[in-house]
Formats: sequence, structure tokens, C-alpha cells
Amino acid sequence: MSAPMPPVSTGNGQVLLKVEDLKVHFPIKRGVVIDRTIGHVFAVDGVDLAIRRGETYGLVGESGCGKSTLGMAILRLNEPTAGKVVFDGTDVAALKGETLRKARRRMQMIFQDPLSSLDPRQSVESILLEGMRAHGLDEDKEATQRRLRELLSAVGLPESSLRKYPHEFSGGQRQRIGIARALSVNPDLIVADEPVSALDVSVQAQVVNLLEDLQNKFGLTYLVIAHDLAVVRHISDRIGVMYLGALVEETDADTLYRNPMHPYTRALLSAIPVPDPVVEDTREQILLAGDLPSPANPPTGCRFHTRCPWRQASLCGTDRPQLREIGAGHRVACHYAEDIRDGRIQPHAVEAELVEVTALNPDLGPPDVGSVSEIL
Amino acid sequence: MALLEVRDLKVVFQRRGEQPFTAVDGVSFDVEPGQTVGLVGESGCGKSVTSLAIMRLLAKRGNKVTGSVRFEGADLLRLSDGDMRDRRGRDLGMVFQDPLSSLNPVIPIGLQITEVLERHRGMARKAASVEAVDLLDKVGIPDPARRLTEYPHQLSGGMRQRALIAIALACRPRLLIADEPTTALDVTIQAQILALLRELVQDTGTALIMITHDLGVVAGLCDEVNVLYGGKIVERARRHQLFAEPRHPYTHGLLASIPRLDAGRGEKLIPIRGSVADNIPWDGGCAFAPRCPNALAVCGEISPQLVPDNGGLLRCHNPVRPAVAARPGGVR
Repeated sequence: MSAPMPPVSTGNGQVLLKVEDLKVHFPIKRGVVIDRTIGHVFAVDGVDLAIRRGETYGLVGESGCGKSTLGMAILRLNEPTAGKVVFDGTDVAALKGETLRKARRRMQMIFQDPLSSLDPRQSVESILLEGMRAHGLDEDKEATQRRLRELLSAVGLPESSLRKYPHEFSGGQRQRIGIARALSVNPDLIVADEPVSALDVSVQAQVVNLLEDLQNKFGLTYLVIAHDLAVVRHISDRIGVMYLGALVEETDADTLYRNPMHPYTRALLSAIPVPDPVVEDTREQILLAGDLPSPANPPTGCRFHTRCPWRQASLCGTDRPQLREIGAGHRVACHYAEDIRDGRIQPHAVEAELVEVTALNPDLGPPDVGSVSEIL
Repeated sequence: MALLEVRDLKVVFQRRGEQPFTAVDGVSFDVEPGQTVGLVGESGCGKSVTSLAIMRLLAKRGNKVTGSVRFEGADLLRLSDGDMRDRRGRDLGMVFQDPLSSLNPVIPIGLQITEVLERHRGMARKAASVEAVDLLDKVGIPDPARRLTEYPHQLSGGMRQRALIAIALACRPRLLIADEPTTALDVTIQAQILALLRELVQDTGTALIMITHDLGVVAGLCDEVNVLYGGKIVERARRHQLFAEPRHPYTHGLLASIPRLDAGRGEKLIPIRGSVADNIPWDGGCAFAPRCPNALAVCGEISPQLVPDNGGLLRCHNPVRPAVAARPGGVR
């Protein structure tokens, strides 16, 4: 997707991170002695986005859509196949060695599972110090101790935590340690990959509120990656929706909910259960037929056309739609976005049911019929 | 008479060298034919252990199950192992959270379904195969005849869960227990599976016990909801009642702490303070008291009883008043 970067039309913050036509393809290898590459998983396949300083950008999509791979590629935790990641003026994708290591101080990550991302044999103090030491931030002993105490109080943990080990904490507290570790080196950008999905519902809100408070306090920029659209909408300023390796829609959080344009966004929004029986009983659901196609063998044309209830005979199956600006700061990758919005195209349930893609057996060819709505 | 009557169900884990732990602490509820009953709560509240105890799937060693589980009058907890095996699969079906680990990875899907049909309905292999195709078709699996010969790893997550539902429904059980059936699935697939369950309940009249941590799932599916905390039911209400006027501070706190898609943005979430680790034992008061915004002195001293309230049941000394419930706020 080589569409030019849209002018950042809302807000006046300066762009901190700019991703241009980023691709991450993983080779599929076969063979014992000779590793033959027999194909590629197109995990991220052409993503353009810009994140302004101080904003929260939410990235949503279902498992396998490439959202985590994208987050990791931005931090250079995996190697981009092509494209640029421009962080505050420098292309991170081209950095090497010591310059890359130094650049990492400004970009940190919060992981999904706090237990497996903390070393069980390191005390909290040692976990927090490790990053500071690596970046030479622990010169003055007294200042370091003060910094540690500041970090703990910022994430709402008692000072006595320093000598404890990760297993002594609850899930929510562990996630706080992970957040403190990310903060320890004074980063500008924090990539949070499913920061609350491993936590209990009652604890999720604590961590969400903490992330918001820290952003206000330290002027952080967030890229929040999550599958839970309700959480993402709550904390994000702008949201990008991903499907099979590419953004299908991007806009501010309120517009996305009030005025979703892409058929996939609409289906995703309608699929999320709302904890209110009155809403649940009355709202209309768009049930998508079938599963996410395999990213190793993505459909031709629009990648969503195999499940799209608004699919048209022309363009959808042949031309891959580019992300284009449709309103102020609202970008959509759909050939017929305006027609769908204005009701010139109606969803056709019948055709949607006929589409079924076997996610894991691309070689078996498309089977015939099947969907929930068929038996309803 | 209700289809299922659970009375004073108690499960105590007794591991050698460890303190006994009461996972389920005197849970009672009824399920009427065709009704969908929800058991809701966070991890560790005892919702899954309740379902395993009903199905008698807990290991005998190290677990003490007391109380009674009457299914059409017969107490499941007192049946012989053989009789219970006959009931499982025939009268009672179960769908688990993780479809991959609950299907046998080395046996084709078809055989896993026909096995049930041959065992419980005495069908011949050929007839069972035909029926299996029919079942897979009914749960929305495309090209069912070919799927019979495929193994679980060849199916996607959503398809596996459908296969599991097909197995659970093979003998048209009168009660289906679904333990977090959609938690491992993506939202669009979750919507498919929930629609399927809703449809099956309507078509077959099967009663359903829905176990979940997701209040959104409950809101769209259950007739009656039981909220569990620390192994006890703390609130029971009809679906609309529960969401419109949550009475227990825990229920109220849960609803206030989840971001809602249809709510205004920018409002702060109101979390429940602390975590399950802060619980105090039920015999010395209310387990939720240390986290409760409404806690009074009495909450740390006397264990509250489950009493009728507003058409449902409530276990609380100082419940949320309806007027306050309309505008959540107050935890600190």
C-alpha cells in the first residue's frame, strides 16, 4: 500500500512515529538438510500510520491479523521485510548495533502476560534496574534509589515491593511492575500489547486508569494493541482496525463507534457483547460467515471480500483497495465505502453465507456452504 | 419440579500437606427445562468447579464434594460410576473452554461423535456416521461429510468449538453446561457461537448453564444470572433486573469497571480496589468486605446470608440502593 501519508488533519501534535508501507513476511520453510522456502506468511503487508506525540493510538483486530507483529516490528523486535519506521526523524528499520541499542531507550513495551515477561529469579529492584543500567541511567546511587521509589509510587506499589519477586504479586500488581519497568528508562513511546487481557475484569479498570494517569503525568505516547474494542475505544484517541496484515479503517475513537465505514469494522462492532440486556435484545448483529483466511494465502483483491456481506461483483475480488481519506482524519480501505454509507448497496446475507474459508487448509480449496445464519 | 436442583453444593480441595481450600461454598440453584442460567464471576470464584462437580468430573482423591445435585429427581452425586457414565453425554452435555485440549488429537472428529452415538443411543456405525454428518451440518460446519475424517488440528478454533458442541448435543441432552465456551475465540467467531447456542436452546428446548466471566455474554443470553464471589452466590436476579439495578456492591462494581462500547468516552472507569487475594474467609464476615466501597463494621464480623431481595436473592449487609445504582460512582 503506497498511498501517500494523509496530512495529519486533527489536533496539532507533532508526529512522533511514522510507519510507511511496512511489511513483515515470515518465510515458511520445509526440508531437513536444505531449508527450502516454500511460501511466506504475510503477517504485516503494507501498513501506513502516524502517531502524534502524546496521543494514544489503538490497534485492534482479531488474532492472526498481524497487530502484534506490527507492534514488534515498530520496536525492531522483529525484522521488517520492507518499509520504514520513522521514530522522531530517524528510520529505526535501518538502524544497527549501538545506535539501535541506544534508540531502544525511547521505545518500550508492555507485554500481555505479566508473569512470563518478568524473570522469576530477579527481584523487582533488579528488574527495574536492569534497563536503567543498560542505558547508563544508574550513575548516582542515591538518585537511582530515589528514582526506584518514584517509579513504584507512580504505578501504585508499596516501596517494600523492591525486595520481592514476581511470584509474590497478583496479576494486576505484576502488570504494574511491567509498566514500571517500561517507565524506568524514560521512554517517549510505549507499545502496550494486550496490556489488560490477561487480567480479571475487576482489575482491568485499575490498569487502564493507571495507563491514563501515567500518560498525563509523563506525556507518554502509547500504541495500544488489543482485541477488545471496548477497552481500546476507552483509552485511545485514534484507532486503526487491522484485518489480515493491513489497516482497513482508521479514525478517531468516537467516529469509529458512531460512524464505522468499513464492513469489517461494522461487523466487529456488532459482534461485541454489550453488558446491557436492553441493548443486546434490540440491536442488529452482522454475523460474519467463516473464519479469518490464512495469512499465508490471503485472498486476492480486498482481503475481506470472502466474508463481506456487502461484496460486489466488480473490483472486490480483483483489486486490493487502498486506504483513502473519506472524511477528516478518517481513512478507509473499501472500494464501496460511500455507497455502503449512503445505503446504495445493501448487505446480501445469502452471498455471505456461501463464503467459507478454511483457515488452516488453504490447499484443500474452498468448501461449499456453511454459516450460523444458515441454520438460524 | 425443576430439571436440575443443586442444593448446598460444597467442594473442598484437600491436598496432602496443605490447608483445605473451599472452592465452592454451599451453592444452590435450580435450572428449569429450556431455561438458560448464568454463573458469572472472576477467576477463582468457583464457577468452573461448580460445573465439574455437577458433572462429577472432579478427581475423587483430594476433593470432597457434599450437598446434592438432583437431576430429574435423582441425585447425581450418589449414582454409581457406571450410572453416571450413562448420564453424561446422554442427559447432560458439556462444552469446555478450550476446544483443542478437550478433543482427542489422534482421533478423527467423526469418530469422536459416532462414539457418543454408539455408546448412548446404541446406533450402528453406519447410521451413526449419517447422524454425525447431520449434527456437524446443524452446528454450521461446512462440508460435514469430509470433516468426519479430519483431525482436530485441521480445524480452526471456531470450527473445533462447533465440533465440540456437536458432540455435546449428539444425544439431545436435556441439560447443556457451557464453561466459557467463547473465551478462547475471536469476537466475530464468538458472535457466531453465541448465536448458535441461542438457536439450539430455542429449537431443542435444552436447558443451558452458561459459565462465563463476561457480563456482555450474559446480557444477551441468560434468563437468570447467579453472580459468584469466593465460592458463594452473592446475587441472583433475572437478567434485566440484574443489569438495571445491580444490588450487590460486587456486581455493581463489575458493571462500573468495564468500558462499554455504547457509553460516552472520557469517563473514568471505576475499578474495584484490590484483588481476589484480599478476600477474608466467609465464616468471619463477607469475603468481599476488604474490597467493598459499601463495607460497614458488621461486614467484617458477621457473614451475610443469602436472602430474598427484589424478586431475586442477595447476600449483603449494605446493598447498593437503586437510586445510586443508576449512576455508578463511589468506590474509593
